Amino acid sequence: MFHPDDLTALGLTLKLAAVSTAVLLVLGTPLAWWLAMTRRRVRPLVDALVSLPLVLPPTVLGFYLLLFLGPDGPLGRLMTAAGGRPLAFTFTGLVIGSVIYSLPFVVQPIRDAFSSVGHRPMEAAATLGASPRDRFFSVAVPLARRGFLTAATLGFAHTLGEFGVVLMIGGNIPGKTQVLSIAIYDHVEALDYARAHVLAGTLLLISFTLLLIVNLVVRRQPGVRT
Amino acid sequence: MSLQLKCRLERPDGAKGQNGFRLDVDLSLPGRGITAVVGPSGCGKTTLLRCVAGLEPRTAGHVLIGDKTWQDDRHFLPPHRRRAGYVFQDGALFPHLDVRGNLAYGRKRSSGKSGEIEEISTLLRLASLLDRDVSGLSGGERQRVALGRALLAGPELLLLDEPLAALDRENRLAIYPYFERIAAETGLPFLYVTHAQDEAARLADHLVLMEDGRARHHGPLAELLTSPDPGLAHGDHAGCVVFARIVGVDDEYHLARLEFPGGTLLVADPGIPEGRKIRVRIHARDVSLALEPAEGSSILNILPARVLELIPDGPSRVLVRLQVGRTIMLAAVTQRSAAALKLRPNQELFAQVKSVALL
Repeated sequence: MFHPDDLTALGLTLKLAAVSTAVLLVLGTPLAWWLAMTRRRVRPLVDALVSLPLVLPPTVLGFYLLLFLGPDGPLGRLMTAAGGRPLAFTFTGLVIGSVIYSLPFVVQPIRDAFSSVGHRPMEAAATLGASPRDRFFSVAVPLARRGFLTAATLGFAHTLGEFGVVLMIGGNIPGKTQVLSIAIYDHVEALDYARAHVLAGTLLLISFTLLLIVNLVVRRQPGVRT
Repeated sequence: MSLQLKCRLERPDGAKGQNGFRLDVDLSLPGRGITAVVGPSGCGKTTLLRCVAGLEPRTAGHVLIGDKTWQDDRHFLPPHRRRAGYVFQDGALFPHLDVRGNLAYGRKRSSGKSGEIEEISTLLRLASLLDRDVSGLSGGERQRVALGRALLAGPELLLLDEPLAALDRENRLAIYPYFERIAAETGLPFLYVTHAQDEAARLADHLVLMEDGRARHHGPLAELLTSPDPGLAHGDHAGCVVFARIVGVDDEYHLARLEFPGGTLLVADPGIPEGRKIRVRIHARDVSLALEPAEGSSILNILPARVLELIPDGPSRVLVRLQVGRTIMLAAVTQRSAAALKLRPNQELFAQVKSVALL
């Protein structure tokens, strides 16, 4: 059913989504915690920056990232100076792009989950002898688990369908940076609707299944208020 | 051991456009027994507890618990390194853990001198709840779990913030004995915030009266309630607390005889076993005075008393402090009656107690 090249694109897409989601959870959790707890005046500014990818056209984001990561961009120069290569048109470049592109989809559910946990359980844990780190992992994270699940799913599903950013900074190098959505575009351009159908259907199925699982699991969790 | 609490905290302006709030408290409290902190809402009772627990990092001052310094000019021990058990108004149980998980949370993090879960759950009758989800607990059960969880963390001090405010009277009455037993058995000092006068009268050994962020008065309960300070005993709330013991029950009339340091009182039989210590409250408005022991009166409790002091209470009323044996009582009479009876200090007379409230 799958053409070997399409299988490669599918594998690459899943890998990109998995790596990006993992990076997003690691980076997004402290950011979400800070956004949920801080009373500093810069919070709305940071919040707006995090939400920006929601409204910004992906091509705009991709364009700036290309300038930033490319050989003449600040990070590109830094990489070259350090003996490496610029990150544009590499898998790492794709991960960076996806992380920024999907940031709000991961940070916002976790931030909201942390906010709804509130200060009270954390204070109770503190008076019971739990250090800040201890109470973060033993109280805040388990109470926010629903937010984490939603965040991971949305981050993964959103990265799966990424198009504009990838096209700008990843190009369309088969086996290296060609992801599913771009492969679909190529097939449609070439009027190869059969291969486009298979890939589009696969993407639809994966995304739908993921969201369904989340909805079922979240619903069944006891003791967690929405 | 004693508790030295000197806490200053200023909040420039409240969250909902209220005026600024300022806490300025300097207290030295006994190191055991229940100290009730009472006062109108917004007077800073809860904030005081939070300062002691270390939950208000911007507090200035010092907190000394026995020989341990939790806070002074140079040090601020974070809340998880203070051993302050805190029982929040809503219990603040962890919804992701069952009852046993909640109890174990503090136990795991204690230095080891706290009791075992089995021991505490027997004491607080939690054994049958251990595997229950906390969302299914009643208000009273929640607070018992919260208390057990705090005890298992091995506290040196218990802070209770209106722990029974969400319960009805019947449930409150059912929980008081647990507090009394734990205070007696552990010897831990309790700081117990409440706005309910009756609760303080029932539980407290010591009283702190707060107003506008300051501790206006503090002292042993019985003394403070009958203090001659006109700022304290006045109005309808004026009254005394009598520490009594049930010594006998009259089966024919269903009356219990209470012995207190000052005589005996007859009250409707509360169904409490003989020998049990109880507290009763006698409102000043329920005590009248007579120069001779009344005959042909329906009043059962007539006690010989000596006038200590007359405290004017409003334009028409006067509160009379009375020495009844070793107990001090208050009687509220009109200025006119005081003049008619020619009341004066050291006068011997009779206090007629119309009603007695069991606490």
